[in-house]
Order: sequence, then structure tokens, then C-alpha cells
Amino acid sequence: MTEIELLSWARGPGLQIATVIFVAGIVIRFFEILMLGRKANLAEARGSEMSGGLKTMFTRTVPDRATYKRSAFTITAGYLFHFGLFITFFMFAPHILLVKDIFGFGWPSLPTPIVDAFAVITIISLLAVLANRLNNKVMRYLTNFEDLLTWFLTLAPLVTGYIAFHRIGFTAPTLLAMHILSVELLMIVFPFTKLMHAFTLFLARWYNGAISGYKGVAS
Amino acid sequence: MSASLDKGISALKQQVDASVAAFFSSCVHCGICAEACLFYTETGEPERTPINKTEPLRRIWKSEYTLVGRLGKMLGLTKKVDHKLLEEWETLVYDSCTMCGRCSMVCPVGNDITLMIRKTREGMAAAGHAPAGMIGASKRSVEIGSPMGVRLPALRAQIKHVEADTGLKVPLDVVGAEYMLLLSSMEIMNFPEFIEAIAKIFEKAGASWTIATEAFEATNSGIQIGVSDIAAELVQRIVDAAEKLKVTTVISPECGHAYTAIRWDGPNLVGKKFSFKVRHILEVLDEMRQQGRLKTSGMESGKLTYHDPCQISRRGGVIDEPRRLIDMISDNFVEMPDHGKMNWCCGAGGGVSANERADELRLKVFQRKKDQFDAIRPDAIVSACSNCRIHLEDGLEEYNMDIPLLSLTETIAEHLAD
Repeated sequence: MTEIELLSWARGPGLQIATVIFVAGIVIRFFEILMLGRKANLAEARGSEMSGGLKTMFTRTVPDRATYKRSAFTITAGYLFHFGLFITFFMFAPHILLVKDIFGFGWPSLPTPIVDAFAVITIISLLAVLANRLNNKVMRYLTNFEDLLTWFLTLAPLVTGYIAFHRIGFTAPTLLAMHILSVELLMIVFPFTKLMHAFTLFLARWYNGAISGYKGVAS
Repeated sequence: MSASLDKGISALKQQVDASVAAFFSSCVHCGICAEACLFYTETGEPERTPINKTEPLRRIWKSEYTLVGRLGKMLGLTKKVDHKLLEEWETLVYDSCTMCGRCSMVCPVGNDITLMIRKTREGMAAAGHAPAGMIGASKRSVEIGSPMGVRLPALRAQIKHVEADTGLKVPLDVVGAEYMLLLSSMEIMNFPEFIEAIAKIFEKAGASWTIATEAFEATNSGIQIGVSDIAAELVQRIVDAAEKLKVTTVISPECGHAYTAIRWDGPNLVGKKFSFKVRHILEVLDEMRQQGRLKTSGMESGKLTYHDPCQISRRGGVIDEPRRLIDMISDNFVEMPDHGKMNWCCGAGGGVSANERADELRLKVFQRKKDQFDAIRPDAIVSACSNCRIHLEDGLEEYNMDIPLLSLTETIAEHLAD
């Protein structure tokens, strides 16, 4: 297989396979969760499930001050790499062009040097996240293979993207193929690992907020 | 209560619902919940991290209710729930958790970890891995009607004293009374002043009330150990008595988990809506205050603070009521850091106080409460849970701190206006 063939495979069938697994996987996971249902609460309500649920979906994005103080590094590094992922993924001109190609719509991009800087920041913060995971005794205790795998698969597209953009080491088609393949790997693993939290956290927050809201309790 | 691993596994399966699945799907192992748990902050032992306590339930969810888990199970790759795991987890699930709910407040993905631990207990108990002290308390609750073995004659004896002291009648089994008062065994045996306070306050307020001789116990060991059948049976006794006496409102006394048991879990345990209301005593008193039926005179001397019992404040939502009531009797009220919905647990809730094995641990983690008290150095601590009260007194003694513990209801009664 030549590098051009590899690139076309990654862009064509590879992307199709990854997309099908990604979308079907997410649908299956949501089905798996929601199918289990939840018993109706028979206690006299003091508040509303809906308002509690909706509120908590947003409020959990920001930690309270005491919690932040106790887990400052984890929270800061966490914010940083999530924000960096968002910028590099959604604000990079070539990515937006790809979306426009497929879906027919796009949005304004950030200047490339800024996205480039964010890529570096994100990579550094992901390295810090790993160091923290291995250093912090609670995180080290909780860490399993999946945590390391998903960390690696999240980092890989950033690194391959950065290398591809700066054309380091290999020729352009090979670099781009590597980048696309690393994204596809992430997409395939995504629905079946903790990466799913990107979607299910809204469900989880809703349930927590709804359970509390029903009781008229803050959450 | 015959127990087996099969029963434990099937109990765990029954506990998995959409919320549990969403919670486990969302956990990223960030460890932030550890910092919200006094059993971690005061011991520094990572296995006491809240989410780790749910491991038996997680394994069942993963292997039974996810595609990947089921595939893994077919290939023999998933981690099993066995006696070894449950034995190892027993001290984490029972001794190291008071169901205080603080972890559920800080989880960034929104997991109600406390609920997950509560559900894990159902499997632990069904498999025979619950602490002996809690099994004993549950047994006494079912057989005698009280976790401490308090029988009706003991209550009658205390009532006789109260009536002699106050000259007031403590009404028993009055059909059509507005309020039916529940009591914790702890109140009957250690704090009969509580009954006295109710008699005085309700007399002044002109409210009709009664105690049911067939169901006076408020606590629910079934909730704590995690056996829904027992919990439901204990709730049903109260429902039967309240329906027989045709009362409007059942009052949950100064006891944390009793409120959760009867107010929030009760109807769900017996599977039907109540025909009466359930209110915590502080809600009732605050309502009387609002209606002008509760009037006080004079102020407490010295600096007061309020210890929020977890099940009443954080998990129960009764946070403003005690503060409005304290305002009636104190002009020197000071909040502790992390008060209200983020208050730190006393360390003895959720059945920990019924579990002698955990005695040393609960006194160790009391250091967190001590720090909170040290921050404001109150002259007295007011609270509204007799279990908190007993343990706080224990802890203060252990740490050589001389601060009196007051019941809010009793203190209000002392200030009743003539």
C-alpha cells in the first residue's frame, strides 16, 4: 500500500467504518442506559425534577470554591485540556472545511497560529493530567487500563495533528493519514469507554439534579 | 434473613436502573469525590474514595447491562462479584460511609455516588456481608420494633415521668389528631426531654397530637443496612398506625435517617402514596412560627452554631427552617465554614454508630468536625438529630473539647413565651 492509498483508505472506507461504529455505538449506549428506566417517585414532591435536573446539567460545570481548593490541580488541568481540545478540534480551519464538505455548513475559524498554540497547551496539559494521575494517590488507586488507553487515544490525534501541520519527519500524505487514523481509532473506542462521559454526563447530571430537585434539595 | 452470593448478585442486578447506568458510564476516575469524604480526608487511604465503594455494583452493571461487558463475560474476561470481593468491601461500604451525600454534591459529571453506595448495600446485605452490629439492630427493629430494643413499657415509663414533670398529658392513640409523632429509640432512652419539649410547644400552639403505641419508632435499620424488605416492613407499621388514627401529618423527630426513611423512601418502599403528609419536626415548628403559634422570649447567651444533620439538610432540604428558628432564640449565631448543604458529617450516620467495629474510625474522622468547630469556637452547638448529638458528644469528649450540645426543639421549648 502506497502512502496515497493509505490516505485515501483513511479518508474513505476508514472514516466510514469509524463513523458507523461511533454513531451506532453511541445510540446503543444511550439505548442500554435509558432502556433500564427508573421507577416513578411516590413520595410527596417538594420541588421539581425538571428544574432541578436542568439546573444541575449546567451548574456542575463549575465547582464550588472549597472543592476547587481541594482539587485545584485536577480541576485546572482538566478544564485546560477540555478547552484546548475544543479549540483545536472545532476552531481549526481545515477541520471546519471538512465539516462543510460533509454537512454543507461551517463556522468561522480561529487564526492558525492561535490554534497551533492551543495544540501545544493541550498536549502539555494532557501530559500534566497523566503525571497527576500517576502521582495523586487517589487517582493512581482508581486508574485502570481503560484510563491509560483513553488518555493515549485522546493525545494521539493532537500529536499526529501537530506533527502533520508542521510536517515533521514524514511526507505530507503519510502524516495526514496517521492523523486521520488516530482520530478514527478514537472514534471507534469512544462509545465503549469512559470517553462516553462527553455525552452521558448530561444524563448523569440530570438524574442527580432531578432526584434532588424532587426533594427540594440543592445539588 | 438467609443470605447467599446468588441473592446478593440478584439484589445488585435489581438496583441497576437508568440513573445508575448513566452514573457509571460517566465516571472518569478523577478522584474529586475523595476530597469530599471525611473518611478519605482524615485517613488519607485511597480505597476509601467514595466511587471505589461502589465497585461490586459497578461490576454487575458492566457485565450485565453493557454490550462490551456482556461480550467480556462470554469470553470470561470480566471481573466477577464473589465473596472475596464483598468481604473486602464490607468495611468500605458500611464502616467508611455514613451516606452523608457530600460526594454526590461535588462529582463533576454529576454522579449521585451516595445513592450508588446505598444500592451497593442492598447486594452486600443480601449476600451476608453486613456488619454484625447492623444485623442485630435490624433484627431488633423487626422483632421488637426498635433497633435498641426499646419496648412500649419503656416508652410508657418515660411518658409517665414527662407527664409528672410538666403536668401535661402525652396523648396516646388519639384518633383524628392532627399530628402523629414518631420518636427515635435514642430520644426515648437518652433524651426524653424531647417528648417534654413537644408536649409544651404543642400545648402552647394549640395543636392536637398523638403517639401511636403500635408504631412510635422513627428509625429504620432496613434503610441503613440496605435491606428494602425490612425497611418496607418498618415503614408499613407507621403507615398502618397513621391510617388507623386518621392523622393529617406524621412528624419525623430529631433523627436524620428517619426523615429520609419515612419522608422520601417510605412511599417508594411500600409502593404507594401516603394518605398523610410527612414533615420533619423543624418544618412543623417553622410553620407554627410563621402562623404565629410559636412564640418565644429571651435569647440564649453565648455564641451558637448549627450542625446540619446530613439527611435533614443536604439530603432532606430542611436548611432554612432551623436557621429561622435559631434566630428566635439567639442573636449571636455563627455559621461554621462549609455549613448547610456542604456541612461535614459527624461521622456516625448511615448505620456507622450501630456498627461497633467502626468505633475507632468514626472517632478518628471526627477530626474534620473538630476543625470546623475550631474555626469558630462556639459556646454551644445546636443540632436536630439525636444520633449526631450522641456522636458529637462522644467526639468532643475524645478530643477534650468542652462544648455543650443542644437539641433545637428542646431549646425552643425552654424559651416558650408565657
